[in-house]
Amino acid sequence: MALYRQARRLLLSPAVLVLAISSAAQGATLEIGNGAEPGTLDPQKVNGNWETRITRALFDRLIDYAADGSLVPGLAKSWQISDDGRTYTFKLRVAKWSDGEPITAGDAVFALRRLLTPTTANHNATLYYAIRNARKVNTGQADPSTLGVEAIDDRTLVIHLSEPTAYFLQALAMSEAAPLPQHALKTQGDDWTEPGRMLSSGAFILEEWLPQERIRVAKNPRFYAAKDVALDDAVFYPIEDAGSALNRFRTDALDIAYSSVPSSRFSWAEDNLGDALQVGPLVAQYFYMFNVREGQPLAAKRIREALNLVVRRDVISQQILGMGQNSSYWYVPRTTAGGTRGAMVFADWPMDKRLVRAKQLMKEAGYGPERPLELTLRYNTLEDHKKIAVAVAAMWRELGVNVELINSEAAVHYSSINQGQFQVARYGMMATVNDPYDFLNAYAAGGSARKSSGYQNDRYDALVEQSTKELDEDKRADLMTQAQQHLLDDYALLPLYDYVSVHLVSPRIGGWQTTPMDVHPLRYITIEE
Amino acid sequence: MLSYILKRLLMAIPTLLIVITISFFLMRIAPGGPFDGERQLPPEIEANLMAAYHLDEPLPMQYLRYMGNLLQGDFGPSFKYKDFSVTDLIAQGFPVSLELGFWAILLALMIGLPLGVIAALKRNTAVDYAVMGTALAGIAVPNFVIAPLLALVFGVTLAWLPVGGWNGGAWQNMVLPVIALSIQQIAYIARMMRASMIEVLGSHFIRTARAKGLSESKVILRHALQPALLPVLSYLGPAIAGIITGSVVIEQIFGIPGIGRYFVQAALNRDYTLVMGTVVFYGALIVLLNLIVDLLYSVLDPQIRYDD
Repeated sequence: MALYRQARRLLLSPAVLVLAISSAAQGATLEIGNGAEPGTLDPQKVNGNWETRITRALFDRLIDYAADGSLVPGLAKSWQISDDGRTYTFKLRVAKWSDGEPITAGDAVFALRRLLTPTTANHNATLYYAIRNARKVNTGQADPSTLGVEAIDDRTLVIHLSEPTAYFLQALAMSEAAPLPQHALKTQGDDWTEPGRMLSSGAFILEEWLPQERIRVAKNPRFYAAKDVALDDAVFYPIEDAGSALNRFRTDALDIAYSSVPSSRFSWAEDNLGDALQVGPLVAQYFYMFNVREGQPLAAKRIREALNLVVRRDVISQQILGMGQNSSYWYVPRTTAGGTRGAMVFADWPMDKRLVRAKQLMKEAGYGPERPLELTLRYNTLEDHKKIAVAVAAMWRELGVNVELINSEAAVHYSSINQGQFQVARYGMMATVNDPYDFLNAYAAGGSARKSSGYQNDRYDALVEQSTKELDEDKRADLMTQAQQHLLDDYALLPLYDYVSVHLVSPRIGGWQTTPMDVHPLRYITIEE
Repeated sequence: MLSYILKRLLMAIPTLLIVITISFFLMRIAPGGPFDGERQLPPEIEANLMAAYHLDEPLPMQYLRYMGNLLQGDFGPSFKYKDFSVTDLIAQGFPVSLELGFWAILLALMIGLPLGVIAALKRNTAVDYAVMGTALAGIAVPNFVIAPLLALVFGVTLAWLPVGGWNGGAWQNMVLPVIALSIQQIAYIARMMRASMIEVLGSHFIRTARAKGLSESKVILRHALQPALLPVLSYLGPAIAGIITGSVVIEQIFGIPGIGRYFVQAALNRDYTLVMGTVVFYGALIVLLNLIVDLLYSVLDPQIRYDD
């Protein structure tokens, strides 16, 4: 390790930095430990970040991500939004598919129609329901040709929305919104994603795919900004086991390891890997969902409040996890764009005061040491979930609450939640778009958390709906803050912490940043020799 | 002999049919489905997905559809690995698992058999205790302890061998996983060989051979070894089927593109078609290897014959 430290010190010296930067332009191979094996590289059928990490390098979207995760022009060099927020007009840049054919507005129309076609079965299709007729197309009630997208000419694309939608540009930056090579898809069928057949618009092309072994992408010479791409190629290894990824990173077999660091090894990694350990806040929330349906013990708001009051979140985020997570007293993660604020009212109370209040509430609800409340707490299989559940159960015991812990594998866990068969359940909400709407809508009418938890608040629903259509940013942030406060004042859930991303990135790598949505575009990455 | 083989193969058909049918319905009884994830899918999307995989049809209909496709050799598409059919996945992963398993079994036999014989000959001596003690440790320490330990010592600390990856089957990448796979097998085979050797050495025909004045090495090599191998052989059938179909632990720790992971992951993901594919494949392999073992019996033991 001493050698490693020395090498690091050397690397950081100015002379070496100058040398490094001058050699970075020569290009090289980046070796990436990817979390898992992609099930597909069809950008409209992918689902996990281990898949979109690759498809976003292969397919540019109208809107792209910068290295810091912000939105920048991609295949669209500019766009205009009409005053009523319902018409988006995109001007496409001159760009080519990897076979030399031009990328046209027609390719974008083709892709959006395919995205909403029922047989594509895209997971995120509801994000695009704002497009005129999209829901009808997606449910098979209308022909894809009736979708509100049109190519005015090869360079001009118009998208008609049925109502203003604040997060729409975010949705267009996602993998599934990428224009697709219709000239290839129309002739090749489902095989079009194979290496050698796949046509790309992004900075890289698919060169090799050995299932469960590696995926190699090479620089696309026809990419419109190819001269700014430093890497020659990049190899993605599907490494699920975090310990193996750590070993391979330590032996320099990997430049980047995306498969986290086990929490049990985190302090070791902090001491020994130093700069390589990259931790940053994520737009994701770890919380306990309450089943608030009539007849359930947690239908009573005062019990939900009491359970919230006594949980010492700092013990969980700092002592049990200790990877830089922030305790949360809110639902929408702090790092989410859009400026939603607010917290549970007791957030800055001292623990004594919280305990007194909690015990009072339980007493009012008719529970206490003589008549303990019996609760079940479900979590899916993972060491950290178990540690947290045990800690929370111990904290609740102070209120005379007896907790039965129920552990199950993920499929069973989520199916129980989806069917409302739980009292308290561990839940991880990862953002699909970096917008508070993504979280708030889950608890609003028709949302997934609403269906699972049984929570209902008409005022909340109205505020969420209003915020979606509000075009003024400040007013929108206000509406969403108000909406969230309803949820928090109702103690509809028990937030624990905002997630962080934990990755290992070699100090030789440049152009890589931690970002709220955990996107790290390959086209900006450099390797210093 | 030939008619015996044919009879056994014909008998395998109803066996496999029962295995397939039970697995098919057991899988569907298990709670949770392939699309139950962190976020409940909107009903419109779930309906599209269910339709895409024919999961919206009644279960008996799905069963008939599956059996119909299976008869044509079509295992269907994987739910999770959408770009691949189940046949593709098995066809790509099996050669890797087979290669790794072959070397592991070979290593296990080459070390386990002599160790067992030595322990039997030196029964109740320090040598015997040392061999059997080590073997017991080999059985007791699970794969998921041995494999990371090997990777840490020989990969990270000593840096003699790569800690993971397959690299197209380069021998350097194979050494650690082969050792990790074979350690338990060495232990099992050594213990079994010892027990069976001791039993054979106590039998009448060995006493007769010794009484004839044969040298001890002739007694052991010509007379004792062959019958002593029989119990090991019957263990090897299912053991080989287990090893050449990979190990999820070894594959994940060393990053090996075999099929072992599918057995576990497919079940956890409720990837119905892939679960069925692995079950059918494993079932057929077991049937085949058991048949081969039974045929080898007749080679090792002249008392066993399969004539009509």
